[in-house]
Amino acid sequence: MHTETHAITVTVNGTPYRRSVEARTLLSDFLRHDLLLAGTHIGCEHGVCGACTVIFDGLAVRSCLMFAAQADGHSIVTVEGLAADRHHLHPLQQAMRDCHGLQCGYCTPGILMTMKAFLDETPAPDEARIREALSGNLCRCTGYQHIVDAVKLAADRMRG
Amino acid sequence: MKPAPFRYVAARALDEALQLKAAHGEEARFLAGGQSLVPTMNFRLSQPALLIDINPLTELAGMRKCGLDRVRIGALTRYRELERDPAVAPILPLVDEALPHIAHPQIRNRTTIGGNLAHADPASEMPAIILALGGRLRAQSVKGERWIAAADFFTGALSTALEPDEMLVEVELPTAPSRSGACFMEMARRHGDFALVGVACMLRLDEDGRCGEARIGLCNAGDTPMFAAQASQSLVGGKLGAAEIGTAAALVQRDIDPPGNIHASKEFQRHLAGVLTARALAAANERARRAH
Amino acid sequence: MVTRNFGAPIRRNEDSRLLSGQALFVDDVELPGMLYAAFLRSNVAHAVIRSIDVSAARARGGVVAVYTAADLGDYWAPGPLLVPPPPIPGITFNQRTQVPLAKHKVRHVGEPLVVVLAQSRYLAEDALADIAVELDPLPAVTDLEQALSDASARVHDDVHGNVAARVRQSRGSYAAARAAADHVISRRFRYDHGASSPIETRGIVASWDARADQLTVWDTTQAPVFLRNGLAAMLGLSERQVRAIAPFVGGGFGPKIMLFYPEEVVVPWAAKKLNRPVKWIEDRLEHFFATTQERGQTHDAEIALTRDGRILGIRDVFLHDTGAYNPYGLTVPINSQCTLLGPYVVPSYDSTFTAVFTNKPIVTPYRGAGRQHGVFVVERLIDIAAHDLKLDRAEIRRRNFIPPDAFPYNNEIIYQDFAPLSYDSGNYGPILDKALEMIGYEHFLKEEQPHLRAQGHHVGVGLACYVEGTGIGPYEGAKVQVQANGKVSVATGIGTQGQGHFTSFAQIVADQLGVDVRDIDVVTGDTDQFYWGAGTFASRGAVVAGNAVNEAAKVVRRKILKLAAEHFECAEDDLEIAEGAVSVVGVPGQAIKLGALALKANPMRGAVRPGTEPGLESTQYFGPPGGATASGAHAMIVEVDPQTFMVKLRKYVIVHDCGTVINPLILSGQIHGGVAQGIGNAFYEQLVFDEDGQLLNASLADYLLPTALEVPHMEVAHTETPSPLNPLGIKGAGEAGAIPVGPAFAQAVEDALGLPDRGIELNEIPLSPNRLFELAGKLR
Repeated sequence: MHTETHAITVTVNGTPYRRSVEARTLLSDFLRHDLLLAGTHIGCEHGVCGACTVIFDGLAVRSCLMFAAQADGHSIVTVEGLAADRHHLHPLQQAMRDCHGLQCGYCTPGILMTMKAFLDETPAPDEARIREALSGNLCRCTGYQHIVDAVKLAADRMRG
Repeated sequence: MKPAPFRYVAARALDEALQLKAAHGEEARFLAGGQSLVPTMNFRLSQPALLIDINPLTELAGMRKCGLDRVRIGALTRYRELERDPAVAPILPLVDEALPHIAHPQIRNRTTIGGNLAHADPASEMPAIILALGGRLRAQSVKGERWIAAADFFTGALSTALEPDEMLVEVELPTAPSRSGACFMEMARRHGDFALVGVACMLRLDEDGRCGEARIGLCNAGDTPMFAAQASQSLVGGKLGAAEIGTAAALVQRDIDPPGNIHASKEFQRHLAGVLTARALAAANERARRAH
Repeated sequence: MVTRNFGAPIRRNEDSRLLSGQALFVDDVELPGMLYAAFLRSNVAHAVIRSIDVSAARARGGVVAVYTAADLGDYWAPGPLLVPPPPIPGITFNQRTQVPLAKHKVRHVGEPLVVVLAQSRYLAEDALADIAVELDPLPAVTDLEQALSDASARVHDDVHGNVAARVRQSRGSYAAARAAADHVISRRFRYDHGASSPIETRGIVASWDARADQLTVWDTTQAPVFLRNGLAAMLGLSERQVRAIAPFVGGGFGPKIMLFYPEEVVVPWAAKKLNRPVKWIEDRLEHFFATTQERGQTHDAEIALTRDGRILGIRDVFLHDTGAYNPYGLTVPINSQCTLLGPYVVPSYDSTFTAVFTNKPIVTPYRGAGRQHGVFVVERLIDIAAHDLKLDRAEIRRRNFIPPDAFPYNNEIIYQDFAPLSYDSGNYGPILDKALEMIGYEHFLKEEQPHLRAQGHHVGVGLACYVEGTGIGPYEGAKVQVQANGKVSVATGIGTQGQGHFTSFAQIVADQLGVDVRDIDVVTGDTDQFYWGAGTFASRGAVVAGNAVNEAAKVVRRKILKLAAEHFECAEDDLEIAEGAVSVVGVPGQAIKLGALALKANPMRGAVRPGTEPGLESTQYFGPPGGATASGAHAMIVEVDPQTFMVKLRKYVIVHDCGTVINPLILSGQIHGGVAQGIGNAFYEQLVFDEDGQLLNASLADYLLPTALEVPHMEVAHTETPSPLNPLGIKGAGEAGAIPVGPAFAQAVEDALGLPDRGIELNEIPLSPNRLFELAGKLR
């Protein structure tokens, strides 16, 4: 089969990118390898682990279950877009550090993006809501408890 | 786990999508939410030659009333939208109750009702619900359109009555009648997993409190989503108590032929179908009585 | 030493990089001209290879090279034996290690046959479909008991009965104990473990620099130093020509220490041969076959007791599934054999195991490393004894605890580190008492449970005790160096996989050198930064490397004081080190920053006196005389739906003793994560193989890792019995959380459903609603 490419324009973390992509290029691979935004991680490539979660037009989605070609004309936020740099963390990132919400840190970008979208919509969640919202992201290190603590703390801080 | 090569077309109009499908038939797949299709492509279990992306066809999304007692939902309506639409719970309580069981928030942000139904996974929630509700589905092709009753739609394991040139474009469901109660209940290994068994049931009571209508749909009780006809029929005409509900549950157990899988044997699925049917009917009955 | 940082819940140094997406993982390494590897793997468990035709794959566009075993030439060789068998008399051990690419036979599904190197992973996967392989299938060896029979097929043609190893260890006379016993219980127990499933799968990038004659390898390994040494030996290079880097590693839990995986052998070779960087990243499907896992054991165990519940002896005969090869020696079954003894006085013990080759993926340690299996057996035996003898489940344990004045306590058998199984220190009674108090044991049994049962809630309590041998040798080293900018660098050879070494090691140094934790930069897992070491496994990182760091920091502290005393012309006793500077006590203004002192220690003029070294640095090593034994108790309250057999964990408490604690925040995280994996093992995760050796659930949709909704809130408490075996008094904690969950869970579910009184026992793990339905079928 011939290789067919598509010219796409996609805005990632506020920056517009024009690229030519093969039809089958997964959005996750496009972000990591074409745009060199390697903070988005790949864990399963079948939509279960949530490590590759990014915010697509405001909604948390699995980037391994979309093709880069589908992102044409759309807007994406990745973990690199959460804060200006590593010394000025987003309240959610800061709370994750304060509560020890990460160990190996591999699932963390996906969890941050899922929880960012969740808190945008649900500013004052209880533990049950947080756990439900978190259930689409697998973490093998933490047992989730400190992540839940972190999301609660971030929500409190973000409400001020 | 990278997909095999394929051609990709982002459809600009429904007509374009239908023409492409007519031209390529089984070789082409519509790409809606992609939450079931793309994993199978990543495993290379499915290798379509052409993907017709219908996500740009926003006219296929949304819910609208249709007469006094029906509602139509566009195939591209995402579960996220139904979940957040306050109009859903009063008119489609079964859908409302089932939505949180369907995978996880990120998946529901993309999954469309049309894609979910056309995928026709017997373990999936929505197929059992449209069977329980007695809905119908509108299929469209370059040749025209037709309505397919839910009861005729699911023809086998992961297969439907859709022709290779057809697209599922809309679902029509009856809204909850007065004096009715519904309940969706499933058992999954983890929250968000496919059900080991699920039950969707709806009961309508007559003015005298007798059961005027009963409909029971089942997930993962056979090769296809199922409507439990005998069990449903057994409930009609009487007052519903533990004995009647027990009889219906026993009929469900008698009439199903669950496939069994690594998480639940045939016997366990059959057992669960009875347990969940009884529980769901009791809950629906209670809700119907309260609505009475 | 002013203890300020040690023991404090300090936030982690590494987090800001990880949280902002800037931490380097192996898959993030992108190099110009890089090729991507994909492996064609066997789709049958056992077969003779008739032919492999790769010509079409070689001809495909974008494909640069395709290699089979034949192409490896003399480089092809079975892998090394990573851990030789311990010196136990009478041992049988048949070494059969994995090969880089299968040559004559395939022995498990997923065993690699061919490697494709292409311009992208997509193209490499396309080319796999072009390869024609002819396999003559053989009967698959999958059942442990059948494998031993003469009629069974053989995984390795020359190994009769598929016996990988047979080991008997004993103390005292079990026969005498049995003869003296009031009560004897015999049961069969099955315990299956699972796939470690880190969210980051394995991966390797290799780059050969022809001008420098140097190979650089980025690998998701827990043991970079071993990797470098092994690669150098295989490739005929000196160790200095190989740089192995384990950057941030996305969880490992044991299987990432296995050496050498076939991909680790093939990828560097291909990079050198083609003179181009090569990347291989395992995908999730491959992870279920290509990464080692831990699986089942079947125990036939017997316990002899007095009528008041005192253990007189235990006899155990068990079979251990080692998979198709045994590169990790006997670590897992030896751990099972030893850890079975638990925190109890077991005067006589007679344990024999047979490790069995099967046509399944290789078994090597995964968090707990066989300890779970042993703990399950002894805890369940004690539960059955409690029921038979009408004793309280907590009381029977208390009666058998090794008393606190009996340490060091020698169990008189050999442990995985080849040393006698001797517990260094411990105090088990208070741990159990604390756990009972936290779970509200008495109140639950007397009031809560009857009350809830009356309301139709089937609730039950379960508890389990355990010990864990941790912190074994051989050694680790560390180099601590004060930099001219006042920061301190710490380098060790150990790998890291998320345990917070960047912070806990910094805490140790911070207290010695009076430097802020944030100003201490820890480097682990880069063999060019630190030459010697072993790796992160067996709950040993904090114990062994932590003490090496402490020793090095102490020497640097002495150097600082000596030089500062010369500088200020005062006595060392008059100096204090704090806030990154040395000052003369009581003399304001008399202070020098550590960075300035470091510059003085490396002068441009003058002469360095004989016997002194430039700089404020030291490299020290630490090797413990034996493993430190941690201990603990878990308790949980569950509610079981008696019709659907869904189990809800209502409460979970852990009391843990790992000696002195470096960072309680990091420690709780380790415990939480371990418990979550234990819950997965107990009720959700199971590798389901059919009789042909095919894995039926090779996806995360069907291999059920617990989510935030399956793992409950946990309460953790600590007791501290310092280890006498290292100056910091630390014991390891990495695996503890995962170890005792199974027996506590089984006991709690039994209690909730009232099974013991109906003669039903849950003597296997994992359980599931389906399995409970089958086992509790007698109820209906």
